[in-house]
Amino acid sequence: MNVMIVLIPIALFMAAVGLAAFFWSLRSGQYEDLDGAAHRVLIADEDDLPS
Amino acid sequence: MAIALTEQGCPSGLAPADDGGARRADPDAFVRRDPSGHDTLELMVQGAKCAGCIRKIESSLLALPGVTDARLNLSTSRLRVAWSPGALAPTTITEALARIGYGAAAFDPAAAIREVDEEGRKLLRYLAVAGFAAMNIMMFSVPVWSGDGEMGEGTRTLLHWISALIAIPAALYAAQPFFRSAWQALRARRANMDVPISLAVVLTLGISIVETLQQGEHAYFDGITMLLFFLLIGRYLDHRLREQARTAARDLLALQSVTASRIGADGHVVAISAGDIAVGDRLILAAGDRAPVDGIVVEGTSELDRSMLTGETMPQLVRVGEAIHAGVINLSQRLVVRTEARAQDSSVAELARLIEAGEQGRARFVRLAEKAASLYVPVVHSLALATFLAWTFGPSLLRLVGIEALDVGLRVALMNAVAVLIITCPCALGLAVPAVQVVATGRLFKRGVLVKSGDALERLAQVDVAVFDKTGTLTLGKPRLVSAVESDVLQAAAALARVSRHPLSRALVEAAGPGVAVKEAHEIPGEGIEAGGMRLGRRTFAAPEFEDASDGAAELWFSSGHGPPTRFAFSDTLRPDAAQTIAALRGRGIAVELISGDRPVAVEAAAREAGIEHWSAAASPSDKAARLTALRAEGKKPLMIGDGLNDAAALAAAYASASPGTALEASQAASDVVLQGAQLMPLVEAIDVAKMARARALENLRFSALYNIVAAPLAAAGLLTPLIAALAMSGSSLIVTLNALRLQLRWSRA
Repeated sequence: MNVMIVLIPIALFMAAVGLAAFFWSLRSGQYEDLDGAAHRVLIADEDDLPS
Repeated sequence: MAIALTEQGCPSGLAPADDGGARRADPDAFVRRDPSGHDTLELMVQGAKCAGCIRKIESSLLALPGVTDARLNLSTSRLRVAWSPGALAPTTITEALARIGYGAAAFDPAAAIREVDEEGRKLLRYLAVAGFAAMNIMMFSVPVWSGDGEMGEGTRTLLHWISALIAIPAALYAAQPFFRSAWQALRARRANMDVPISLAVVLTLGISIVETLQQGEHAYFDGITMLLFFLLIGRYLDHRLREQARTAARDLLALQSVTASRIGADGHVVAISAGDIAVGDRLILAAGDRAPVDGIVVEGTSELDRSMLTGETMPQLVRVGEAIHAGVINLSQRLVVRTEARAQDSSVAELARLIEAGEQGRARFVRLAEKAASLYVPVVHSLALATFLAWTFGPSLLRLVGIEALDVGLRVALMNAVAVLIITCPCALGLAVPAVQVVATGRLFKRGVLVKSGDALERLAQVDVAVFDKTGTLTLGKPRLVSAVESDVLQAAAALARVSRHPLSRALVEAAGPGVAVKEAHEIPGEGIEAGGMRLGRRTFAAPEFEDASDGAAELWFSSGHGPPTRFAFSDTLRPDAAQTIAALRGRGIAVELISGDRPVAVEAAAREAGIEHWSAAASPSDKAARLTALRAEGKKPLMIGDGLNDAAALAAAYASASPGTALEASQAASDVVLQGAQLMPLVEAIDVAKMARARALENLRFSALYNIVAAPLAAAGLLTPLIAALAMSGSSLIVTLNALRLQLRWSRA
């Protein structure tokens, strides 16, 4: 059971990283244009086109 | 046509939305300098729907010289363009968009301030914290539940302590919206749903801490964070719904925003946005412009279209010294106007009082969820109190009547009372109504129906009388040629009509199709157009020797100088689906009335064509509002549909109200529902959806009640464990949400 001393902090740390990532995405405006983001992946970059 | 569509507009083959040829504001007035020194302009783009649209719009704008940034937000249809100062004229941008087939209108920054949705972000943050806490505490709770009996007391207490360390700060942070709302309600001596929620949060945290300190079994840290997580989902959905409708409605209005041409002290004319107009400014009102403010004519003679203000379709003549009101459209000649009021104080202000009076009546409307809460709160709190009293005094009472019973102590009594509050915490109740309303309004939103609030949907479901305005609501507000005329006469008359912006001239031109205009034509406001012996205009101007036809229709007379004059009769066209909408409303048991400020002949004709039996004409704004008030006094629940300023008071006085997207700002502001596009049928769909949503919300409330009836006695009997609490709460929330989603399922099958 001693392994819990290590595992619990690791689990909490990982979850906290996830929470921080969510806050970052919220602050950087990634939820402002959900429809646009879904469509933008379909736009081929000009440099990717076979010439 | 097929080729035109693939080359223009949306490449997916959908034509861009028709803006009805509305006049566009001059984008010059809306250019702003951003902090990095670039000029920026925000535009509303119509018809952008897919990835191809984004690419086409952004790449063609970036190709313009000087443009440094162009980004389209597909969700809001807003386009932000930035360019080096002086590199290009703002109109180049709208022209470039028009060339590739997208309508674009500059935004008035005052009307469409890009408000960051602070409250929504905050709610998302609370939601994330509650979710984080709930999931992590579950990591410690599952071993406690499953290790029943085998887990030592020390390990269990350790796990409880870790849970407490996460749950206490997380719950106190994430429950803020509930605490705040409950506090406000209590200060106003009311009880809302947030009062039992806040109470349950505080009591559960307290009792769980005490239990942990005493190394007991029942700590509800998992339940409380999960409860907050679910409740915050409901709260966020509710917020998003209102925010979405509010933004869409504001964008619609921003599209209508007008610019003005001000004559400066040095005689130069500058374009300014309506919000910048000061009292005493001299403004140029060109033919076709809508007056942004109240004012006095100081130069020129012209005709005004006052249909937005009064419903009257016939133009009215104005001369120097006469007053004009905000919202009128100048039809024929250039006018110079001295402003008498600022935009926000114009005409609308005198109607504001009427609107306010009407809205006070509506504020008394009690939302479904509030009704449920007012029944629920006293029942639950007295049940909790009864539980506490029964466990405290129950044993001694039993001993009095001779039954053997042991005292359980204050701690167990308190624990069981709190368990009642926890299990009955209105988690499902809090989700029951918003979940349904979000699904319903989301669906209507896609059909071009903006529902401004959740309670608008509830009120719409109950309407039993529909009162329509005529001009611009039941009709398109545009006259159409109805008399049969020989084609060469029509062409000759249209050649004269092309120089005029008078609505009848425009209708004549529309009927004649493309052609040339007579260059030397001269327009006399209030009379007609004259060129080389030909005259087109009112009877007294073009054909004074003829008798009045006296059928009340709008008319133009044309004399070519030789031969008898020709009469063109016009009538205002009904919206294509007006009769169908009226019939559909009748089929749903909703009585229909027509009330208009127009002349009786015109109203009667429209009523007959649309199939409406009850109509009244020449009604003033207060007449309209009085009719709605009278209907409500009879116990009816009237729905008012109108678009003009003259309808605004009636819209506010009605039980529920709707306006077309072309309506003026004051009318849209007073409406619950705004219909985009030229169709009326979406209104019927909105009523159907509202009825279904109400039925579903009631089902959800009934289910929540049933759940409480089953769960509360369990808790009162002391049989509740943290595991049962967690399962019951998440289970009931899920069922309520799934039931709401069923609303969506029904549509996709249909």
